[in-house]
Amino acid sequence: MSKLFSEKTKQVFLGPLSKNNPIAVQVLGICSALAVTAKLEPALVMGVSVTIILAFSNVIISLLRNTIPNRIRIIVHLVVVAALVTIVSEILKAFAYDVSVQLSVYIGLIITNCILLGRLEAFAMGNKPWESFIDGVGNGLGYAWILVVVAFFRELLGSGTLLGIKVIPQALYDAGYVNNGLMILPPMALILVACIIWVHRARNKELQEK
Amino acid sequence: MENIFSIFVKSIFVDNMVFAFFLGMCSYLAVSKNVKTSLGLGAAVVFVLGVTLPVNYLLENYVLKEGALAWLSPELASLDLSYLAFILFIAVIAAIVQLVEMVVEKFTPSLYASLGIFLPLIAVNCAIMGGSLFMQQRAFVNIGEATSYALGSGVGFLLAIVGLAAIREKMEYSDVPGPLKGLGITFITVALMAMAFMSFSGLKI
Repeated sequence: MSKLFSEKTKQVFLGPLSKNNPIAVQVLGICSALAVTAKLEPALVMGVSVTIILAFSNVIISLLRNTIPNRIRIIVHLVVVAALVTIVSEILKAFAYDVSVQLSVYIGLIITNCILLGRLEAFAMGNKPWESFIDGVGNGLGYAWILVVVAFFRELLGSGTLLGIKVIPQALYDAGYVNNGLMILPPMALILVACIIWVHRARNKELQEK
Repeated sequence: MENIFSIFVKSIFVDNMVFAFFLGMCSYLAVSKNVKTSLGLGAAVVFVLGVTLPVNYLLENYVLKEGALAWLSPELASLDLSYLAFILFIAVIAAIVQLVEMVVEKFTPSLYASLGIFLPLIAVNCAIMGGSLFMQQRAFVNIGEATSYALGSGVGFLLAIVGLAAIREKMEYSDVPGPLKGLGITFITVALMAMAFMSFSGLKI
């Protein structure tokens, strides 16, 4: 174990979960993060898909890093990512059709998700496969937890359910409680992400912008 | 003709790329610090969308869709290549962006200089890829509709990014709580703009 997880790889893995979070700090991959978070289930699937694609594209690019000519590297990145996304999308269509309908174009949009190109460009092009894999998993999870938190609040307050199961008791509705319809609408995703950033930066003062 | 116009207006206001679907968010947030550069990026997006979407439309309808290859020979009529859509779309987009870059550099160097790094980056702007994927999903009946959708989405993005840039320029002088400075307050501004744009959603065209 000690060899697999040296001090550096640990840093590579833990960094993106907090201090170097792809969404809250690096501002990568916002588009899909906001669009799929109205319900918890698609958010979970999206988080897992991105983590898998990111980890494997990182490994592939890292293996090829010495043979890719610099001028056409973006196109090579895109082709590798597009191939992986196609595989994931076909798997989702086969085994989780309902979710893949809900995610609609956003699965395809993982190709142009800035997290992928950002990490490929910044990390995989200059590091060994194993570290790149860890970096991919770390960044994918850093992305996923924000998605899950946003989706948790939007589904709980917007529809009164979690993963489709009703959690707010009927008695509360009888007493006059109503679901907040605004939570389902796109703007609330932005406000919730802003709140996460707010809390995150209030706790890590060095991240605050001047 | 009427339909083409209504698609155009609808894609600007009701189905705005940024406010309704959050597409192109990354460059939207990163490049909206001042009005001039955001205008350049917006114009480039309109242009690239206007070129790539009709090309991808033809590709979708004459190569990829089930039975689309029937014009080539009857034996190919049962072929369904739609699983290749992602790779081909992104390849077309990357190639056209490269082409546009070379043409602009050759014929209008001043525009090229002002767009700078944004032109190549547009290849990975989700608004462009998103436009093509939505085109595939909505099944437009002819290329005119697809083009008007492309231009409408582009103009919608332009409108959104210039608006945000204008607000952010003013916001430089306001006193924002420390942790919200920069990114946080920009998110909230975008949310408020999106709410304003939602009032268009009742529009019947």
